[in-house]
Amino acid sequence: MGKFLAGRLASILPTLFFVTLLIFGLQQLLPGDPAMVLAGEDQDPNVIAHLRQKMHLDQPLPLQYVHWISGVLHGDLGESLRIQKPVTELILEKLPVTAQLASMAILIALAIGVPAGVISAVKKGTAWDYAANVFALWGLSTPNFWLGILMILLFAVQLGWLPASGYISPFEDLKGNLAAMIMPAFVLGNAFAAVLMRHTRSAMLQVLSSDYVRTARAKGLSERVVILKHALRNALTPVITLGALGFGELLGGTVLTESVFSIPGFGKLIVDAVFNRDYAVVQGVVLITATTYIVLNLLADLAYFIVNPRMRG
Amino acid sequence: MKLRALAFALMLGSSFAGNAQTLRIGLAEDPDVLDPTLARTFVGRIVFSALCDKLFDLDEKLNIVPMLATSHQWSGDNKTLTLKLRQGVTFHDGEKFDAAAVKFNLERHKNMAGSNRRGELAPVAGVDVIDAQTVRINLTAPFAPLMAVLTDRAGMMVSPKAAAAAGEKFGANPVCSGPYKFVERVAQDRMVLERYAGYWNKAAINFERITYLPIVDATVRLANLRSGQLDFIERLAPSDVPGLKGDARFKIAKIVEIGYQGITINVAKSDQAQKNPLGKDARVREAFELSLDRDGIVQVAMDGEADKGNQWIAPVNRYYGKSAPIPKRDIPKARKLLAEAGVSNPSFTLMTPTTSDAQRIAQVVQAMAKEAGFDVKIQSTEFATTLNLADKGQFEAYVLAWSGRADPDGNLHSQLSCGGPTNYSGFCSKEVDALITETRVNLDPAKRAAAYDKIAALIQKDRPIVYLYHRHWLWAYSSKLSGFRTAPDGMVRVQGLKMN
Amino acid sequence: MNGRMNAWRRLARRKGAMVGLGFVFLFVLLAVLAPWIAPHDPLATSWGAIRKAPSAAYLFGTDEIGRDVLSRVVWGARASLLAGVVSVCISLSLGVPIGMMAGYLGGWTDALISRFTDAMLACPFLILAIALAAFLGPSLTNAMIAIGISATPIFIRLTRAQVMAVKVEDYVEAARAVGNPHLRIALRHIFPNILAPVIVQATLAIAAAIIAEASLSFLGLGQQPPAPSWGSMLNTAKNYVDNAPWMAVWPGVSIFLLVLSFNLLGDGLRDALDPRHT
Repeated sequence: MGKFLAGRLASILPTLFFVTLLIFGLQQLLPGDPAMVLAGEDQDPNVIAHLRQKMHLDQPLPLQYVHWISGVLHGDLGESLRIQKPVTELILEKLPVTAQLASMAILIALAIGVPAGVISAVKKGTAWDYAANVFALWGLSTPNFWLGILMILLFAVQLGWLPASGYISPFEDLKGNLAAMIMPAFVLGNAFAAVLMRHTRSAMLQVLSSDYVRTARAKGLSERVVILKHALRNALTPVITLGALGFGELLGGTVLTESVFSIPGFGKLIVDAVFNRDYAVVQGVVLITATTYIVLNLLADLAYFIVNPRMRG
Repeated sequence: MKLRALAFALMLGSSFAGNAQTLRIGLAEDPDVLDPTLARTFVGRIVFSALCDKLFDLDEKLNIVPMLATSHQWSGDNKTLTLKLRQGVTFHDGEKFDAAAVKFNLERHKNMAGSNRRGELAPVAGVDVIDAQTVRINLTAPFAPLMAVLTDRAGMMVSPKAAAAAGEKFGANPVCSGPYKFVERVAQDRMVLERYAGYWNKAAINFERITYLPIVDATVRLANLRSGQLDFIERLAPSDVPGLKGDARFKIAKIVEIGYQGITINVAKSDQAQKNPLGKDARVREAFELSLDRDGIVQVAMDGEADKGNQWIAPVNRYYGKSAPIPKRDIPKARKLLAEAGVSNPSFTLMTPTTSDAQRIAQVVQAMAKEAGFDVKIQSTEFATTLNLADKGQFEAYVLAWSGRADPDGNLHSQLSCGGPTNYSGFCSKEVDALITETRVNLDPAKRAAAYDKIAALIQKDRPIVYLYHRHWLWAYSSKLSGFRTAPDGMVRVQGLKMN
Repeated sequence: MNGRMNAWRRLARRKGAMVGLGFVFLFVLLAVLAPWIAPHDPLATSWGAIRKAPSAAYLFGTDEIGRDVLSRVVWGARASLLAGVVSVCISLSLGVPIGMMAGYLGGWTDALISRFTDAMLACPFLILAIALAAFLGPSLTNAMIAIGISATPIFIRLTRAQVMAVKVEDYVEAARAVGNPHLRIALRHIFPNILAPVIVQATLAIAAAIIAEASLSFLGLGQQPPAPSWGSMLNTAKNYVDNAPWMAVWPGVSIFLLVLSFNLLGDGLRDALDPRHT
């Protein structure tokens, strides 16, 4: 166990190192001059020169990289030059928003994906199987932004049930917060449901054909009990881990949904920063997202490891 | 923090008492830094309209009217401008607004590192405090656009005490003298302002607070207005006008912008200009212009919500050059010109930002020019990249808009004088430069108009920019809201706004 | 050979997969025969027919500059299918060899490749694609390259895991024992045995790539105007959902059907090729 843990932990540092290289490298590839973008319509040469110096763009690349990394190691992710706010502060402001959105999305995904997967496995090959399949797959097969706009038109404009877009802090108005978040969370969760459905289905199929379930059946237990109590419980472990991993993915995967619904979270922050060439923000946010993803992966591996003693061999 | 908690409490309370106390405005973009000296975006100016009063203001007809300066006096040689300042004005931190504050602010604009105002105030040599309510601005040369510049960010006054304390971080918590003071900003989400009790024109202010919400997508912005989450939106999409007109719950306001939409042509920015027929030959550019049906472009690209134009200012502007009227579409003449130039099927690349407005224009232009024999290739390019390519002259033609300035000089000097910062066409003419200087040093509107007329004729001969139209600023708001005044600068002035 | 026949029979038994396959086939036909099927020129503008609702002349209506939406949907099938297939081919041609190298060679090569793959996987997929597409400049080809590269790590990881499992099998050990060169072992003995899961993943990746192309187009980083792609059509249509919904409905429905088909097909293939499920 110690060896596995040590190896897994040791792999984190080089991965993070590659992540920083990747982020910094991609950033450099982006065409256009960030100082010019930030200089706005007037394009005053003095302003451009000033911004360039402020962003250390006048220094050689390796030096820029070292500058950034040493900042990161000291907990300083730089400053958004566009709105003049430290990136750390921006992240602390946005993280709870996206975290809430991602959690709600995963709950919705579990609510759709797991039952669909169970039905599809138990009734394999029947019309139920296909119905459950299509039901779970339709979210994954629809572009997020399209579904989002259609939902806004239906639920906000036509029916007037929900606010069209925007974000309200839950501490300010919990009901308003949920009303604003339910549509984007559904759009995201609906897409993620298909992934959970697939895994639930294959895990269920595997468990259903195992000796364990056969024994349970032989004992004369009702099919309902066998499936819900014995099979599902076993099949659910990997699905829940996957849900946790999905959280890491959703942190960076909410891009277009957040844009459409004007949710001020991570995704919108990154995309706007990419298009505005607000380097410090792109670097900082992607780094945090990637680190979260890596840590969640590690935790998932650990969970697997603890549940699955066979892996210890 | 306490203030914020209080703000939340107020908001909760007010949500039951009806939202009449808060005005919620949907913006089309997220503003940049809220420091008048550093600010660089159009949308930021909308927020400043409620936050920071200026020395002068503009009215609906682009007349300059008093604001913090109550009167002005030019010296005989037009090289100094003396301002009388309004009495009893205070900043949001309680500091007094006086001549020393004006001096501080203009010097801050001139000297602060990264100031975006330096160019606008270039002819300002120094500022003298005459007495507490009188200030004199000294110029190196007469400068006609000065007062118009002072109706914008260069004329915004911030609290010297707060500015000195915050340094370059001032934009995180701006302190001005406008009707509303800054409460909080959540990037990409909202800006909250609260009524300033000490405002000099208190009677005109009817809302307790204003919340600005940036919502980029026009459809979603409108959806928010319709579903009641917003009271007011700027930049309504032209295609949504007919649908909204039939809805009694909303009103639409519009006015012709001071900016323009055009196609900038690389005529001398780089070698590339000589490598394509459009950049090389003025006759080809004329043929290109003649191939375009501006009425059609306005109709198709803007649903009719624009005034067609062929100069840097709209035909309704008093400085519009009447001797260079809008040419009518003339395909036979265009073909004849192309034959004269020896290129019957000229091909060029049209660099187009990825916004859907720009792409629509490009596609319409492409289809129209084709009828005269042009092969226009659209090269859609991210906006950030277009700036760089334009600056280096790595383009042939560029779909580019300018948001406009109150004085025509702001639409012309940087764009078409030799070496101007946004002169992407590379156009450079001694004659035009001399005339531009004339419009700057001459304060007499009639003389300025005459010079602009001559410039228009010269520009039309060479066509470094083919101007297409001037958008209508479109605002939509709840019909319960009254007191909205349209102005060609596209700002939302909050004085007088009232919910009935 | 026998195994393959069985797999095909098993696939044929999955009705969902067959429906998916049928639709994919239909869309391929549509794309290939576009010039003959489309009733109008997809680029021809008509100033007299701006955003006209569906009618006999224009079955799906017209768009913002008077082009026939039906013809553009038909031609757009080319862009979307290409976007899906080509970008996955790019991922495959990069990911499978690199993954095999990592899995087969092990040691430092593996460590290096794996860490880099982890790093890429840790960065959000769409952000990678956006950054790459912005770097290459907006066009359909560049969008395909960007999507292809961004999706590569999935294939590296999958291939590597499969190779690790297969290379300890007896027949590989045997081939090694008789002194076959590494390349031959990799190609003749390992590659055929890791193919099934890669094919399944590739089918599902096509579905994801089509959505990714639509997303990039939504941000203006896809197909160059005036050429049609479903994604760029949606991008324009979003400005008119209120007053010209037909502009958004048909490209959206087309994406939905095509992507759903690939997803169903992929799921069916997984069932058919994965011996665990039989």
